Order: sequence, then C-alpha cells, then structure tokens
Amino acid sequence: MGKIVIDPITRIEGHLAIEAIVEDGVVKEAKSSGTLFRGLELILQGRDPRDAPLITQRICGVCPIAHATASTFALDRAFELEGKITKNGRIVRNLILGSNFIQSHVLHFYHLAALDYVDITQVADYSGSDPGLQAVKRFLERGELGPFLPRYEGDYRLPKKLAQEAAAHYLQAFDVRRKAHEMLAIFGGKVPHTVGIVPGGATQVPTVDKITSFLWRLNEIRSFIDNVYIPDVLTIARAYPDYLEIGSGCGNLLSYGGFPQEDGWFIWGGTTSRDLNPEKLDPSKITESVRYSWYASSQDPLHPSVGLTLPHRAKEGAYSWLKAPRYDGKVHEVGPLARILVNYAEGNPKVKRLVDRALGELRAEPQALFSVMGRHLARALDCKLVADAMAEWVLELDPGGPVYTEYELPDSAHGFGLVEAPRGALGHWLSIEGKRIKHYQCVVPTTWNASPRDEEGRPGPLEQALEGTKIRDERNPFEIVRIVRSFDPCLACAVHLVRPKGREIGRFQAI
Amino acid sequence: MKTGEVPVIWLQAATCSGCSVSVLNSAHPKIAELLLQEVVPGRHINLRFQATVMAGAGEPVLEVLEEAEHSLRGQFLLIVEGAIPMAEGGSFGTLGEEPLAERAAALGRAAQAALALGTCAAFGGIFAARPNPTGCVGLGELFKAEGIATPLINLPGCPPHPDWFVGTVAAILLLGLEGLEEARLLDEYRRPKLFYGKLIHEHCPRRAYFDEGKFAKYLSDEGCLYELGCKGPITHADCPLRLWNGGVNWVIGCGAPCNGCVEPGFPDLVSPFYQKLKEA
Repeated sequence: MGKIVIDPITRIEGHLAIEAIVEDGVVKEAKSSGTLFRGLELILQGRDPRDAPLITQRICGVCPIAHATASTFALDRAFELEGKITKNGRIVRNLILGSNFIQSHVLHFYHLAALDYVDITQVADYSGSDPGLQAVKRFLERGELGPFLPRYEGDYRLPKKLAQEAAAHYLQAFDVRRKAHEMLAIFGGKVPHTVGIVPGGATQVPTVDKITSFLWRLNEIRSFIDNVYIPDVLTIARAYPDYLEIGSGCGNLLSYGGFPQEDGWFIWGGTTSRDLNPEKLDPSKITESVRYSWYASSQDPLHPSVGLTLPHRAKEGAYSWLKAPRYDGKVHEVGPLARILVNYAEGNPKVKRLVDRALGELRAEPQALFSVMGRHLARALDCKLVADAMAEWVLELDPGGPVYTEYELPDSAHGFGLVEAPRGALGHWLSIEGKRIKHYQCVVPTTWNASPRDEEGRPGPLEQALEGTKIRDERNPFEIVRIVRSFDPCLACAVHLVRPKGREIGRFQAI
Repeated sequence: MKTGEVPVIWLQAATCSGCSVSVLNSAHPKIAELLLQEVVPGRHINLRFQATVMAGAGEPVLEVLEEAEHSLRGQFLLIVEGAIPMAEGGSFGTLGEEPLAERAAALGRAAQAALALGTCAAFGGIFAARPNPTGCVGLGELFKAEGIATPLINLPGCPPHPDWFVGTVAAILLLGLEGLEEARLLDEYRRPKLFYGKLIHEHCPRRAYFDEGKFAKYLSDEGCLYELGCKGPITHADCPLRLWNGGVNWVIGCGAPCNGCVEPGFPDLVSPFYQKLKEA
C-alpha cells in the first residue's frame, strides 16, 4: 500500500493538496485538503453592507463576478428591491456575469486543464508558418522551459499534428479570455474586481457604442467556442475515451438556477441523478455536516440558516477546513455538469439540443457525462449556451435607459442570494443590524465538490470521484490530477473562514 | 540581471489570484509574448514557478523552489502575489507543508530583487483588513521583520493594471534595480512614479463637474462621484489616462466611485466605499 501526496496541486484557483492511499494500483481512499485560510467573513462583520459586493469579490480573482452577484442578490432582498430592478439593470448584470462565465471556462479548459493532455514540446518539430507556434518553437530551442517543465511524464496521446494545433489554440485562447474580460469591463468598469454590479441594479448606462462594441467581441468569441473550443474538447475526449468512464463521482447533481429573465431563470434550478429524473429545488433541504471538519457542534447536520462555525482544530477524526454540504441528506455535485444535466433532465429545450448533438458526435449516452471528459464537455456546452443567449440579451438593452433604482439603507434586515457561479451553486447569507453587517456566510461551489466525509461517513464528490481509480504510474499520477482539475476547484473560494488551533474567533449564524 | 535569461519565481500567498488574472489580460505585449519572447531586446524572462499556469504539480515543482533558493542565489526575480499570513506560526497558509511566510522569507533572501504584486503583497490589502484574522502583512513588512535587505518594488492595485506590471518588468530588465533607484523612479512607498505619480482626481474626466459643483445624485448618474464616496482625490494611479481592459472603460467611467485600491490604507481607511471622504 502506498500513499501519493500531491502538494501543491497547480493549475487550479487557490491552494490544494490531495492525499491518496493506493492499494494494488487502485485509490482506496482520498482526502482533499485546502492549505490556505483567510477569514473574509470575519472581516465583513461590522462593515457597511453596501461594501459586501466589493469585498466578497476578493474571495476569488477568477470568478469575482459570481460573488458580486450573490452578494448583490442578498442585498436586493435585504433592501426590499426585488421586483424593482430595471430591465436594463437586470440585463447589464447578466451580461457582466455571462462574460465572466466565458472567460472562466476558456481559461479553465485551455490554461488550467489542457496541459494534462497536450504535449506542448511537440511544437519543437513544427515546420509551418503560424507566428505563435514559431515563437513556441524558438522558445523550446532556447531550452529554458519554465513554466512547461517539469511536469508528469508519459500519457500524452495526441498525434503530433493535433498536439501542434492544440498548442496554437492554447495561445489563441489567451486572447479569447482577454476579450471576454474586455466585454465585461464595457459594462463593469474593470476586471478582475468589477464595480458595475450593485444593490439596486448596475452603474453603467448602456449606449449604442457600448452595445456594438460588446456584440462584436461576443461574435468573435462565439465563433471560437463553436469552431475551436467544442471541437477541441471532442478531439481530446476521442483520444482519451477511458476518461469518459473514470472520475464518475457521486452521481447526484444540484443547480440553483441562474441569469434572471423577465419570467423566471435562463438556467433552471433543480436536482437530478444518474437516472435523469428531475426534481424541483427546495433550499430548505440543504444541510451542512461538520462531523469530519475542524468545527465543534452539538447538533449535526444543520441547515445553513442556523449553521454555526466553531473552529476546533484538535477535533479527533477531522481532516478538513471545509464543511460537508448535502442536499436532501445526499452527496451532490455542483458545476457545469450539474447545470447542464439538471436542465437536460428538466427538458430545457436549448440544453437538450446542445447535449444531444454533442453526445451524437461521441456516440455516447448521457450517462457518459458523469466522467472527467463529461465535465469538460458540459463546461464547453455551458459556455456556448450562455454566450449565444448573451447575443440576444445585449440587443434587448434600452440605450440610455435607467440601470439603477435608489433605496434606503435599512437599520436591520436579512437577505440571501443564490446564483450559479461558473463553478456551480453559490449562496451568500447575511444579516444587518444598526446599518452594519452582523453576520455573513458564503456556501461556495468548491465546498460542495471538495467536501470531506459527512455525518454518515460518506465521502464528498471529489473524493468519491478519486476512489476506485486505477493509477497506472504512481510517480506520474495523471489520473488524480486530471480528475481533480475536471471539477475546476476553487480552493480560495472554499476556505475563507477560520483559524487553526481550535480557538474560537466568532460565531457565524446565518438567518 | 546580467544574462539574457532572467529566472522568475512567482509565489502566491494569501491571494485571490486576481493579480495573476490581471497580468493574463496584458494586451501589448500579450501574455504569450511575455512568456515566450524577448520582453526588451536581448532579455527574456523565464517563468520557472507560477502555480496558476505551470504544467507540473507536487514534488517536482517544489524542487524548482529549492533550486532557486540554492543554485540561483542572487540571480532570480521574486514576484510575490498575496499577503503573508504570519499568525499562529504562519500555519494559515502552507505550500508543500511549509508555511508560506517561511517560503517567502527564504526566497526573498535568495532573490536578486523582489516585486510585491498587488495591494495584498505590497501592504497587506484585503486579507489584512480589520480584524486581520490571519495576521497578514505585506512583503516589505516581512522583509523588515526578517532583516532581509533584498531590493523591493511595490506594485499595488486590487488588482494592479497589467501595464504597470509589464512596464516595471521592462524597466528592471533595462536599468536593473540600482538604475531605478539612481534615477529616483520610485515614490516613498517604493511604487514606480510613472504609474502612481499623480492622483486620480488630477486627470479625472469628471474633474470639471467637481470644479463646477455638479455632483452625481445616485450611482450611474452624470456628474462628479465625490458625494457618493469617490476616493479619487486621495488615490495615486493613472487609471483615468490608461483605462482598463484594453482601454474599454474604467471605474469612474462606469459610473461608480473609485475605491482607492492602490493605497496602503485599502480597504480600512478608504471605506465605507460609498461614503463621502471626510473633509480633511
């Protein structure tokens, strides 16, 4: 029996270490561990509630907009602004968040995940005229190969021509994600860390030049998604067919729903599992267990609305700073796979068309999406779904029309905001007293996906996805890093509350 | 930096990774050009460690750090992103089971020069905000506490503009840190004056509104945002001239007040963000 420890896991957002116990070449037990603690919820206490969207964005520089959105939805509710947001305000918010979906998904596939499958040193033999690839070739000839070496060696399967094409797309994708950020800044001012999403609506009044400039960048990006991104995911899935089977995970999926429309949500909320029977979302069924987390509790599990966070570093048997969120007493995965399959199961027509076409290309059943490649494919389809819709939304803007609704800051109030972040279901809960934040709590996508075991000892989705995996070469454990990265983990998001050594630094009770 | 290849070690401490993402947004040069080609004639950077983009993981990449500390002593540029958590023996943040504070100190001691990228690395920033639960400090404070004399440049901003990063790296490659010192190109906070030399307020396109007393009444309104909490009058950065994200917009252009994110007092001394600056 051997133990594989990977610390740091790179090409993710944040600090993560993975420990896997391997017996006869198979992962028997896996533990994921966040290695950085920052304490943002404590920092929020006592501050002006209107500052929360700016401060919570600093949880994550890759998906700050999702935090701004969840925080703003929570404040809209607390300030009794629901139903009072102007049409322009709603659309501008959706365009800012949608732009960040695109940049996050493109960044993840090409710059965080692709180097696990694409051997960039294949460009050394390149003989064509693409200036980007020629630059890579000269770079390889210089012999100083950081940041591409060192790396795990062995399992790179793409033939040379496809590897060279993928390397060119890796470079092109840098431009695409940068342009997605330009789109975002047209309505959000700047990014990372935008200023344009606020309780009451948005701050940027749309004008014809901004709409045009946004739309033409979007057209270029949509062409990349259709002609490069989705085909590349399919190419890699065909080269690594075993990854349509491994890393399957817990099999239960959860979506909060996202992108408000005049009548409901663009992405639907709900749950489903391997049988693809849909069920409606009932937020009262969310619980959090701290049985294997470094927190004390007299009752376990608890609904987040009455949840406590009492750090207890010396707790026996605990091994994570993450809690274990569960839905309806079951382990659930969140993220693009969950969004896409929940909507597929519910019969969302746009999603059904996209998924059926992609599965047709791979000659696979929907159940094959419960896999490493399934997560990458779902993320690409999610990217297309949102980008295509944005082309319609941006034309629904009323140039020069109002984006903002004024309000009075209440003396005391409660609020919560549930949204779909690029990485999945995200919730912020807050309470206000004396016009100041009294409590603030975030339950973020990676807390769901990278959670430890719960009150009944059931491993979290990422742990389940690792357990049972065959490791072909323990010195180059590709399988582990590929499974972990398929979840697009954001550990900076997930661990931001507490301090070690068991000292209590505050009680956090959501409404 | 005498040779054509300048090794760079980029350490992420208590960060949101937003500084990395901002540098990825560099337009001229593009990030791929910055990584692969000459930044200034005859000079390449060789990014050996950067956890967000590097191919490797685990033990092999930790060896890159050990190598820098020992065989590249005095030859590499250290970039630190994020604040350094010092409380509880540095146990809030670890990399390869060692406290980030120890990693940053060891690398800082071995580096030829250090660049504190972003407000967190420069001054502590958002994670050092009251009540600073993890005891976060900026790199300069760590150097002071550890008696590390390696020359340091601060590039604050939450996040910093990619041009500020690229321009500073180019200046280091061209002039060396000694050259920067000699030419007095840094301000009292060791920020390059080129980017942080003027107040937002001095170049703000809404300055005329301020002078005429035309103030915005609500977010998104026309007029100067001073009454709505704009920190432009005390914030040193060239945002109104440089603009953000390929020049498409910037904070005040978007109808929102500047929140002073480049200043040593961010966020505690410049918040509440939507409250008017106290009359000095």
